[in-house]
Amino acid sequence: MRLTDPVRSGDPAGADGLRVEGIGKRFGPVQALTDVSIDFPAGSVTALLGENGAGKSTLVRVIDGQHVPDEGRILLDGVPLRLRSPGDARRAGIRVIPQEPDIVPHVSVAENVYLGSLPRHAGRLVDRGRLHRRVAEDLASIGFAHLIDPSALGRDLTPAQRQLVEILRALTTDARVLAFDEPTSSLSEQETEALFALIRRLAADGRSIIYVSHRLAEIFRIADRVAVLRDGALVGVHGVEQLDEAAVVRMMVGRDLGAMFARGHVFTQEVVLDVDQVSTDVVTDVSLRVRAGEVVALAGLVGAGRSELCRAMAGDLPIRSGQVSVDGRPVGLRRPSDAVRAGIAYAPEERKAQALLLRRSVRDNVTLAVLRRLSRLRFVRRSAERALAATYVHRLRVRTPSLEQEVGKLSGGNQQKVVLARWLARRPRVLLLDEPTRGIDVGAKAEIYRLIAELAENGMAVVVVSSELPEVLGLADRVVVLQNGRVAGQLDRSEATEESVLALAMMSEGARP
Amino acid sequence: MTPIAESAPVRVRPARRLLDALGGPQNLSLIGALAGVLVVFGYLNPAYLSWSNLAVIGVAATIPALLAVAQTMVIICGGIDISVGSQSGLAAVVAAMVFASTGDGLANGVAVVAIAVALVVGVACGILNGLIIIYGRVNAIIGTLAMLAAYKGLAQLLSGGRAQGYLHGDDLFIFVARGSIAGLPMMVWILIAVAAAIHILLKYTDIGRNIYAIGGNATAARLAGISLNKYIVAVYAVMGFVAALAGVILAARTGSGQPTAGSEGLELKAITAAFLGGCAIAGGRGGVGGTLLAVAILSALDNGLTVVGVNPFWQNVAQGALLVVAVVVQQRRTGERAVGLPA
Ligand SMILES: Nc1ncnc2c1ncn2[C@@H]1O[C@H](COP(=O)(O)OP(=O)(O)OP(=O)(O)O)[C@@H](O)[C@H]1O
Ligand SMILES: [Mg+2]
Repeated sequence: MRLTDPVRSGDPAGADGLRVEGIGKRFGPVQALTDVSIDFPAGSVTALLGENGAGKSTLVRVIDGQHVPDEGRILLDGVPLRLRSPGDARRAGIRVIPQEPDIVPHVSVAENVYLGSLPRHAGRLVDRGRLHRRVAEDLASIGFAHLIDPSALGRDLTPAQRQLVEILRALTTDARVLAFDEPTSSLSEQETEALFALIRRLAADGRSIIYVSHRLAEIFRIADRVAVLRDGALVGVHGVEQLDEAAVVRMMVGRDLGAMFARGHVFTQEVVLDVDQVSTDVVTDVSLRVRAGEVVALAGLVGAGRSELCRAMAGDLPIRSGQVSVDGRPVGLRRPSDAVRAGIAYAPEERKAQALLLRRSVRDNVTLAVLRRLSRLRFVRRSAERALAATYVHRLRVRTPSLEQEVGKLSGGNQQKVVLARWLARRPRVLLLDEPTRGIDVGAKAEIYRLIAELAENGMAVVVVSSELPEVLGLADRVVVLQNGRVAGQLDRSEATEESVLALAMMSEGARP
Repeated sequence: MTPIAESAPVRVRPARRLLDALGGPQNLSLIGALAGVLVVFGYLNPAYLSWSNLAVIGVAATIPALLAVAQTMVIICGGIDISVGSQSGLAAVVAAMVFASTGDGLANGVAVVAIAVALVVGVACGILNGLIIIYGRVNAIIGTLAMLAAYKGLAQLLSGGRAQGYLHGDDLFIFVARGSIAGLPMMVWILIAVAAAIHILLKYTDIGRNIYAIGGNATAARLAGISLNKYIVAVYAVMGFVAALAGVILAARTGSGQPTAGSEGLELKAITAAFLGGCAIAGGRGGVGGTLLAVAILSALDNGLTVVGVNPFWQNVAQGALLVVAVVVQQRRTGERAVGLPA
């Protein structure tokens, strides 16, 4: 360990907690952070906000020892730290909960949590009884016992449960500083509430909490202080009570945004997507019609079958019975290529795992679904390819130093835009978007909403799955609510409110209004 | 940073362009390694750098290079084919036996038919590999490891374990083995043709781009409408074809079809070269240029060890060690998390 004296000696300058000072970090041509100084006092939750690519994740990675800053220093309780690796950070008591934690797939939750320090019988035999009891106690003590089963296997965990495992790992090592990078983007409302309760407790115990999120409403529920980054520089740090959403947005984007949802809501009667009594292993007997120019939102609780319905329409899950038609022509959906050929485009929920070629360029990623059209005699026409990629990168305002940048090096929001660009480049008839604004900043969200409106106005049929109700209500001409794989009801734009959607999503059939 | 302009011309520095033409900084280190090997052995034994010895190195490298180039494509696609050596052996036996049976038992067979049948057998082996991997949902390493044994057994059964046929009475086989065009041996021309075809396929066609995409992220490729199954079968079929071609050349050079001699162990060379040349273990990265350079290094090393009189058994050790080095370097370069190191 190469930390400078970790023992707290005397009364060092500055308060308890973490402090970054004058941090600068450059990636080739990109200055990701410039002279950033922020205090993360012990006992409070500091939210870190900013547009996509503002440098939030980079700062978190610097604190975590994943990136070594070019300039500046990091102090814990006034003592400078030398962090050369995440291991250093961990030993110093700093722990980041990543969005996609590393989970060992074939072992239990309990073993995942205590990986490396499993309780043993005499000799090297693992004491499973003690292990499971210990994890069960840990879970009960933080109030998460109902959310996860200690004997479940790693591979069966939902994204929320994976994060929980990571949090448990952090707690067993007695971390002083905990950083969450967009923790709630894949959590249900119930899980989010439980996580917030936990975060408040962790802060109350005297830890410094760093919280990165694009959901502004959340910030006001959980944070004590708000630090805003723009283009890698600190805009300011304020107590949350001095701010409102509009003020935060102005700090983030440097201007007022105006209306988030601007839509004409004109659509024709021409049905583009016709889903007729479709059943899969998860959804039952779903019928759905989307007209040209119409935006239909699929709402429902996590597990209601929204994503499964999308995947079935995209040919990714087998359809057991029923028929999907596009422009009146029945589509045999046996594999995704059938859907793509029929004009159905599908942007899946997990962009890194399901959509992106992380190690290839922005250009490669944008043109993946249209290479054939860009080829003559199967030779890809380079200039046409570049032009097309540039057009869509420009139209979606993807922030990238060049078309040849590796997609894995873009910020999360810009990666999502690359996925959208890929499908727009194909000019599909039907666009299926599963959580299209997950991890996307307010400014980019507004852009994506405008884009969806524009696409619809040009005659596309759009289906959006979203867990954010304001987004559902703002975007949709019609909301189709699923419950347990069945359509619980449909609401027109005029009828849809948070209450009416939630009522359909949660109430049993008999109790519905 | 601002969003890039609609038609922003991307300026590429000339030095950078030269580097890219050579295949990036990675290939530069391979060229350095090759130069290092040549200099060291040239110093130890000046005869090593004579034209005649360099020609020996080149000819010895040809067959491994053929297999390595096709293997590169398989690995980029996210697969691997361990059975290539056995496929070559099987093709060699088939070519020789068909030749013998179309003639009077020894000579005067129809070489063209013999070669064609051997190539068809190679393609069939490749397709079978692909089908096993797809429909059996078998891991490529295990599936082709099993076929390594199966194809070798088949070759031994067919031949009774003996060398088959006598090919050195036939003009076509002699031409393949010893002929030359414009001063270059025929087999080198075959290598150039195959390497160029695969290079162009990978770099310039939508097929090649899809192969990279499948290796890079199979789920994403599938959702983008690429038919994984077709591509996987096709890639293994091409591998089988090239392995059979190598088998035919082997048979032509030795004058008979032998089930294992000459072909056994080629898979190790091919796979080592592909990884040393820059293929990522998980797929999605690599190229023909790097692989060819790597074959040259391996071959120069082999020959050098012989020339300075090292026990040939040590050469196997050296080759195994190189594969480990290649994989380690590869992991480091792609920034993949090392297994087994403390966090
Ligand atoms: N490893 C890297 N190599 C090159 N550039 C990088 C790398 N990591 C980040 N960047 C660049 O640094 C900038 C800041 O990225 P960062 O991921 O910190 O943004 P962010 O604020 O977390 O955005 P988001 O809200 O989209 O997650 C971006 O322009 C990004 O492209
Ligand atoms: Mg981020």
